[in-house]
Order: sequence, then structure tokens, then C-alpha cells
Amino acid sequence: MINIFNYIDRPSPIHRLTGATKLVCLLLWSFASMVTYDTRILALMPVAALILFGVSQIKFRDIKAVFWVTFVFMVLNNVMVYVFAPEHGVSIYGTRTVLLTIAGPYTVTAEQLFYHLNLILKYFASIPVLLLFVCTTDPSEFAASLSRIGVSYRVSYSVALALRYIPDIQRAYHDISQSQQARGVEMSKKESLVKRLKAASAILIPLILSSMDRIEVISNAMELRGFGKGKTRTWYRARAFRAADVVCMALCAALLVLAVTDTLVRGTRYYNPFI
Amino acid sequence: MKQPVIELKNFTWQYNAQKEPTLHDLTLTIREGEKVLICGPSGCGKSTLAHCLNGLIPFSYHGEMRGSLHILGRETSELSLFDVSKMVGTVLQDADGQFVGLTVAEDIAFALENDNVPQSELFRRVDAAAEQVNILSHLDHAPNELSGGQKQRVSLAGVMVDNVPILLFDEPLANLDPAAGKQAIELIDDIKRQTKTTVIIIEHRLEDVLHRDVDRVILMQDGRIVADTTPDELLASDLLRAQGIREPLYVTALKHAGVALRPDMGLHNIKALRLDDGQKAAVRRWFRETPPAPEPPEAPALLDARHIRFAYDNGFEALRDVSVTVRKGEMMAIVGRNGAGKSTFSKVVCGFETQQEGTLAFDGRDLTELSIKERADHIGFCLQNPNQMISKVQIFDEVALGLVARGVGEAEQKERVEHALDICGLRPFRHWPVSALSFGQKKRVTIASILALDPEMIILDEPTAGQDFRHYTEIMEFLRELNERGVTVVMITHDMHLMLEYCRRAVVFADGEKIADASPADILTDPDVVARASLRETSLYELAVLCGVDDPRAFVQRFIDHDREVRER
Repeated sequence: MINIFNYIDRPSPIHRLTGATKLVCLLLWSFASMVTYDTRILALMPVAALILFGVSQIKFRDIKAVFWVTFVFMVLNNVMVYVFAPEHGVSIYGTRTVLLTIAGPYTVTAEQLFYHLNLILKYFASIPVLLLFVCTTDPSEFAASLSRIGVSYRVSYSVALALRYIPDIQRAYHDISQSQQARGVEMSKKESLVKRLKAASAILIPLILSSMDRIEVISNAMELRGFGKGKTRTWYRARAFRAADVVCMALCAALLVLAVTDTLVRGTRYYNPFI
Repeated sequence: MKQPVIELKNFTWQYNAQKEPTLHDLTLTIREGEKVLICGPSGCGKSTLAHCLNGLIPFSYHGEMRGSLHILGRETSELSLFDVSKMVGTVLQDADGQFVGLTVAEDIAFALENDNVPQSELFRRVDAAAEQVNILSHLDHAPNELSGGQKQRVSLAGVMVDNVPILLFDEPLANLDPAAGKQAIELIDDIKRQTKTTVIIIEHRLEDVLHRDVDRVILMQDGRIVADTTPDELLASDLLRAQGIREPLYVTALKHAGVALRPDMGLHNIKALRLDDGQKAAVRRWFRETPPAPEPPEAPALLDARHIRFAYDNGFEALRDVSVTVRKGEMMAIVGRNGAGKSTFSKVVCGFETQQEGTLAFDGRDLTELSIKERADHIGFCLQNPNQMISKVQIFDEVALGLVARGVGEAEQKERVEHALDICGLRPFRHWPVSALSFGQKKRVTIASILALDPEMIILDEPTAGQDFRHYTEIMEFLRELNERGVTVVMITHDMHLMLEYCRRAVVFADGEKIADASPADILTDPDVVARASLRETSLYELAVLCGVDDPRAFVQRFIDHDREVRER
């Protein structure tokens, strides 16, 4: 069965952090990786993320599918940047060291390569932490944490509910795809990618229709049990912060402060080895 | 006289989108501590009445209301949905859809969370409610780790946790296997006795609900109340048949035997049934005088599965040494509780999964080498929910889908699609959008789309799930006609009536093994098989014992054959 990504219950210190902590850390971390282009910080973050993965007991095979999707996306992103702005690195770093001339405006410069390195590092700095968050956060606790950081509980619960239905929808997708295959819609690797994508999109209609049926049931069920009655609600799964939570949030906050001060003090987001 | 808790006076309700009222001029009183069954065919308005009682009408569905509806002395239209939900706790039909939380504990806590109950009290009250419905050991389980019966118990705990005075069950048996249904009825009854709540059950499976006593049955038809009386009175009358509700099998048997029914015979439950010697003799006479049905000649095997073993990637062994033979032209059932391996077996047959051991032959030919698509030319597979199969907007295109994928020429396509539509009685609708069809019609569309490929055999997963007696009969009679045209029909089901009434043979699965392969009468009179497959013993057997029939098993078979003959006449 296709398992895109989901909460994976393993005994680890990261799992034991509260959902709110992990959410706050994720946000701080992501801001830090967005703010800076400083190669030294960007190189530090994937290393740290890798260590965290080790601690969390999440294995590479658990996230294989998402990893490859992101990887393809990253390659595409880099190719696009090069095709449309082959001189971007030159304009950032101010020097032009030609290594190779391909054709027309397309030359390979050390500056451009260095810029791409930074771009790739950014992916590796931010995506692993996001995956880590998804895999180690119990969805119901996630809802509780969202509402704790000030998001309306109606929104928080919708998010939790969406997570709750991911396995169901995956199962429905699987059943539908099998029945379509039985009628002759080829989805195996024998068929070209375009045809397979077309066939997969045909599954979406029955998938959406059968999901729509559920929405009415679930919203009735929720209203009948008083959802939306008050301005606040309590959470069965809410947990209090512990020392580890505070430490983690402080470390991530420090990272963001580092990224911001680095930018402000040096007056640029980029680390320039060419001058 | 006890206080009335629910009082309807000349109550009429019309949805905004409808031309006619769905409920007409209902007058009804339900008193404190009563247990009432509201019964009627699909479309009679019983679900709409349930919506009125729990406040979804008029607060979530909009329309026009006349007359009055008082709950605990207060006019509901002057309250809010939340006020009403504090008085009436609803357990919905679809226990899975109702499961809001990510785990059992959160789902039970849901109503309290919305009431801002502090966490320490949440823990205490959730534990207490979970204990009452016997689900305490599963507090951390996710919904997909629970059986249908367990999910329903969670739903029940989720409303009981709020101490509501009135419990409303909307078709509690619809998604349960027979044994779980029986337990549900017992649990509802026990809770009613312990907590003195008023209980309202909406259900069309009369015999199953009457497994435990109810005070009153309210029979509805076309939005009106046609009977409001005791179960005994109702069963002695001819009202049920006229309204398309299935009467208990022992009542039908008594009628076949020519026994005159009276309200004082204890008709509501086979255990309470009192027959005098003359009546018992009449039943025995009927048994003696009804000739046994001739055994049909044994046809050659169409599908021959031998020693199939299948384990999922996670190591779960779903099928262990299963051998099943389906004969040409047969109409048979595969039964067993959820997870027993019946669906996995059909997936292996269709090629969705590949067995690790064992052989599959179809009409003497090895199936193993064929792809899913190639197998589909011989074996059609129909999912339970037609919405999961239909991907085209127009009926014609939907039925043609498989032919298009096979590159069949346009003229032949048209001919085969129209032939399939004819068989399924859908020709007049062929240019309709699928969305305009009813559930039963959609089911036919999915069957038509399989028939267009001209398979020798079709496998249907729960063909009649959630259908009332009339729609059940419609679908099943259609399948029977199909079978008479020569299509071999295999049905995966836990509907005991389906297998009793339409199959001459059933295969029973339990824990990945085949535990029985016999006539439905033999299966339903074997206590060991019944228990392992989550079925129920049939009341016919008890009737035979009560009447002193010397061979109760043969009695059950005789009744089935006779009843089938009466129906087919």
C-alpha cells in the first residue's frame, strides 16, 4: 500500500516532546533557513537535521517516497534557475569565473555553481525537519498544539481531521484503483507515465465523490456532540511543557537569532568566498 | 403514568428542496424510560424523524415546520442544536463516519472537550463511559484497528459520557455482522436498564431488534405513522408485509404452516413464543407434507482454488491453505466476520494480490499467468460502494469504459453496452448523468459495466449492504435473473438472509481458513461454525425444536426451499 507520510509511533526523545514544541521549533527552523543564504549556517543545518533523524528512530525507508518526490522537485528547481538565470550567481557574488562554455549565454561559472550549492543546501536544511515533524507528531496532539499557539480550534480540528482521514483515503484510493485496473485501465509500469497519470486522475472523481458522502456524516456527528458551541475547548491529548521542550525551543530560537544577526551584521544574506 | 419526554403534535416537515412534506401530521408521545422501535422501509421518513428528534432539523437542514415538537417539555425550535444534543444523544448509522477522534479515548471525550471540561475530569469520565460499554482496554486504538461492533460501542460511549436522558440509535445494525448486531442490541438493553434512559431505535431489521424486548413499535410509511402498537399486536397483523418490512422468519414459517396468529402468543420473540399442541402439530404436519426440493445436478468446476496461502507484506497471514471450488452456473456466498479472509480471497482470485502458495484454475486454465486485466475478461469484481467504482459522468461512457480500454471497435462497443444496459434495466437512463441515480441504480450501473466485458463469473462484495427489504429484494432478484442467464455469481456477505434465501451453498471463512462449505441451512444450524463466523443461529431452528420436529436441520432446509419456491412463483 502507498504510504505517503504519516505519524510513525516510535519510542524516541523527539516523539516525547509536546506537539506545540515541535511546531514552534519547525517554524523557527524554517524561518532561519529562509532568512539566510550563509553557506556556513546552511551547511550546519542539514547535519543537525540528520542527527535529529538518527535520534528520532525514523528510518529512511519510512520517508522514501516523499524524499524522492522532493528530490525530483529540487533538481527541477535547479534546472529552471539555470535555464532562466545562468548569470544569477555572478550578479550575487560580483565576480565571474568561467569554468566551461556550453552555448550562447550558457556558461558554467564557479559563482553560479556555488549559488546552486546554496539552493540545494536550503532544501536539505528545511525539508528533513518538516518530514521529521510530520512523522513524529501525533496528529491529535498536533491539533491541540495548533490551538495552543493561538490558531482557532475550529481550524486546528479540521487539520487533525484531515490527518485522521489520510489512511482512509489511501485505502479508498487503493480499492478504486484496483477496480479500475480490473476493468482494463492499465496502471502498471508497462504503461507510459502520461497514460498512468491520466488513469490515476480518473480515480480522483470516485474518490472525491465517496469522500463527499463522508463530509456530511462527519459534520453532523460533530455538531451533534457540541462542536463549535464555545469559544474554547479542552483537549484530551494536551500535554504540559517539560524541560526538554523549553531547551529545544530555546535552541531553535538561537538558530533563528544567529541567522538574523548574521544577515544584519554583515549586511548581506550571502556568504561570499569569491572576494 | 410516566412523564412524556418527547411529544409531537400534528408535526409536519418539508425540506426546502422538496415539493412535498417528508413528514405528515405526526402525533406521537414517548414517555420516560420507554424503549421504542421506529420501523419502516427506506424513504418512509424515519431518518428525517430522527433528525427532528436530535435537532439536526431544523438547525442544520432547512425547511418548513408545522405543528409542535416538545422534548422534555420544551419546544425544540426555540432551542439550539446544542441544547437539544444535551437532551438527545445520537448514535449514527455509520459508526466509522461518526468516529471523530483519532483514538477511542479522544472520540469518547469529544463532547466533553467541546464543553471545556478540564483534562483531569476528562480522563475520569472517559474511563467510566468506556468501562460501561466494555471498550476500556482499547482506549489508545485508532478507528481502523477496531471492528464495526467496537466502533459502535465507542460511539455509544461518546454520547453516554454526557449523561443524556434520551438515546437515539439510527439504524444501529446496518453495518454490523449478525453476532455483533446481537451484542449491540443486548448492550443497548443493558444500558437502558442500568441508566433508566429513554431509548429510541430506528431500524428496519425487526427480528434482530426484537432479540431484546421493546415496549412499542411505531411503523411508518410515506411520512405517516401507520401503526403505534406493541410488537405482539404488530406481528399478529398483516401490516408488516404490506409495508415491505421483513417479518421474523419463525412468523413466516407459522404462516406457511397455516397457524392463525394472535397477539397473546408471545410472537415478539422466539423464546417467548407459546404454541398449543394443535399449533405445534400443524407445524410438524407442514414439515411432513412439504416435499424436499430436488438436489440440482452437480455442475463442473468453473473456478478451482487449491491450497491458497497468502500473507501481506507485514507478515499477516490472511489465507491459510484455502481450497474453494465454484461450480458453473452457481449462486454462492462467502461468509465470515471482517478480517476472516473473504475479501483477500477475492483479491487473489482477481489478481490484485498474488498468493505465495497454491494454484488457481479457471475453466481448467491456469489463472496465475494472467494479469488483472486479462482475468477481468472472465471474472468481474464489484465493490460494495458503487461511488467507488464510477468515474464517468454519463452512464453510457461508464459502462463502455472497459471496452474502450480494450480497444473494442465503436460499433461493437455500442452493441455490447446497450446489451448490458438492457439486462440491467438501465436502457432508458443511458444518457443520464450518473449522479441522478439512486443507490440501487448506481449498483446496477457498476454491474452493467462489468457485464459489458461478458465475464463468466462475477464476485460482488456485500451487494445489499445498507438496503431495506424492498431494495434488497430488487437487487437480489436482479442477481438471480442474471444467474439464470448463466452467469456464475459469488457474493461476499454477512447477511444471513441473503445466503439463506438466494444461495444453495456457502463457504465460511474464519481467521484465514475455510471452516465450512455446506448449504446455508447446515451452516446456520451448526453452533460452532455460527460462533466462529460471527453469525447467528436462525430462529427457524428454535421453532423446529419448540414444535418437536425430529430433524430441525431438515426443517430449516425445507422452509428455505419452500419459501424460495413461493417467492419465485
